[in-house]
Amino acid sequence: MIAATYSIPAILVFATSALLILGGAIGVISVANPVHAAICLITTLFGVAVAFIAQQADFLAAVQIIVYAGAIVVLFLFVIMFLGVDQKFHVSAEPLVGQRAFAVAGVVVTVGGLITLMASSHWVSGATSVSGSPLDTGNGNVKQLGTAVFTTYLYAFEVTSALLIIAVVGAVLLARRERASTNEEVDA
Amino acid sequence: MNVAVDPLLAHGVNGWGVILLILVIRLLVGFGALMGAVTMMIWFERKAISDMQSRIGPQRWGPFGILQTLADGIKLFFKEDLVPSESDRFVFKLAPYLALVPAIITFAIVPVGGTLHIAGHAVMLQIANPPIGILVLLAMSGISVYGVMLAGWASGSKYPLISSVRASAQMISYEAALGITIVTVVLVSGSLSTHAIVTSQGGGIWHWNVIRLGVVPFVIFWMAITAELHRPPFDVVEADSELVGGFNTEYSSIRFALFYMAEFMNTITMSAIIVTLFFGGPAGWIPDVAHLKWVFPIIWFLLKTVFFCFCYIWFRAALPRFRYDQVMDLGWKRLIPLSLGWMLVVAGFIVKPAWGFIMAAAVLLASVVLGRAFMLGSSRESGVDSVLPPVGRRPLPEDVLRAMSEGEEE
Repeated sequence: MIAATYSIPAILVFATSALLILGGAIGVISVANPVHAAICLITTLFGVAVAFIAQQADFLAAVQIIVYAGAIVVLFLFVIMFLGVDQKFHVSAEPLVGQRAFAVAGVVVTVGGLITLMASSHWVSGATSVSGSPLDTGNGNVKQLGTAVFTTYLYAFEVTSALLIIAVVGAVLLARRERASTNEEVDA
Repeated sequence: MNVAVDPLLAHGVNGWGVILLILVIRLLVGFGALMGAVTMMIWFERKAISDMQSRIGPQRWGPFGILQTLADGIKLFFKEDLVPSESDRFVFKLAPYLALVPAIITFAIVPVGGTLHIAGHAVMLQIANPPIGILVLLAMSGISVYGVMLAGWASGSKYPLISSVRASAQMISYEAALGITIVTVVLVSGSLSTHAIVTSQGGGIWHWNVIRLGVVPFVIFWMAITAELHRPPFDVVEADSELVGGFNTEYSSIRFALFYMAEFMNTITMSAIIVTLFFGGPAGWIPDVAHLKWVFPIIWFLLKTVFFCFCYIWFRAALPRFRYDQVMDLGWKRLIPLSLGWMLVVAGFIVKPAWGFIMAAAVLLASVVLGRAFMLGSSRESGVDSVLPPVGRRPLPEDVLRAMSEGEEE
């Protein structure tokens, strides 16, 4: 019944990416060792990249790997290695009182909403979410995206980059100490 | 469909048998050639560096010791495979493959020659020509960090861990400069696909990107890629005088061989990528010989690639290793601003010469400001005292540590 709307390779690709995403995601929250959790996270990111390629969003897939798997998770691992992975955390203690109840409620609402959406709309049609001229012209994909980012959404794009810069400068300011204050502390 | 970038797949499903056969043969030939090239590269490096250091080098196996790598490989296969007791077993075994696989995949996007016509099909001499093209290089160099990083961490030993922390910091730092110079190349080529990048450089030596872009991007790219390879002079990751052997200290037998192979495979691949991006790939003079015209682009490509492979060996023999902080300074304070400024100037000139000069003026102004900032920065206090104390308690209070170390000296 499903094969009527999907081609066999499409199903295989979807199954692979779904397995990667779900397996990785379950791994992230269930594995005790933080480094193993980071590896599971990479698996999830790869799954998402495969899903992007199946939707013919090649550029997004590449960026997914370059930015998330190639830089962000590396930074996670970097921090984990600096702090040391041997520390045992007490999972039974609740740092935020009542967070478990809220988490369960959140999961119920999200999953319920997703199921209702999928049941009521035509999301699961087997077609790519974008179709038409940009997909037919080879690497028009990248050009379309670039044009959109640097013309239509230029303002949002620049504001985002300014935000990132502010965050970096802020982090440096917070972490560095001025010479004057050092001297005061030494005197005191 | 996007796969139509490769002419083999453009006609859809018609005649899949032949196309599949060509695809498989192309893949096998590519893989085999790369493996063969790795053994040759290892021999070449050992022989060339021993010549530069007035030694004899490998000489036992085969003429000029050319089979030395094979003998080493067999030896490594039969050695005992040790997994340290302190190690994380799964990650320890996974890491060598994470280093090797990206090295193989990156080579797939390198155009080795022109287009052949076999049985009525146009066959690109390039294993894959994905629409994202050169981004595969960035993605794979991002992934190959994990090989080094996880190997060092999983070994459960101090020096490999230091090495892997260094490796991750170094590779992230240089990836920025690498990416920006690739953007410069993509700007003039107008496409991400490596095939299009190479064809845009056809038509003579003046169209090669190294000259078209004004040498600077090439130099930045070369430095950044050498740092990504962690080859000398950027080999702080494997600095044997500080870190024993770096991230692979605890590895033995076939897993060590995999790391070794990955390193040399990366060297070849990155030489090939340099040739592709800046030296026209297989472009070159083609003499008018019937039926053999397709051979000459391949020969040109091989010659150029071997030249850059040789340069890496040359670097190793001639240049002293950078200190770790020098590596970081070079990456962040020199290469990233320079590549960014050069990219802006190139982009300006592509739009209009007038814009190019405006951009050049702006970049000059920015570099003056940056230079002033560096001057102020270098006169600032640095070291432990300039950073806020960490949240939480250190393993031992600092004065206790200091007292201990001073006591030992006396």
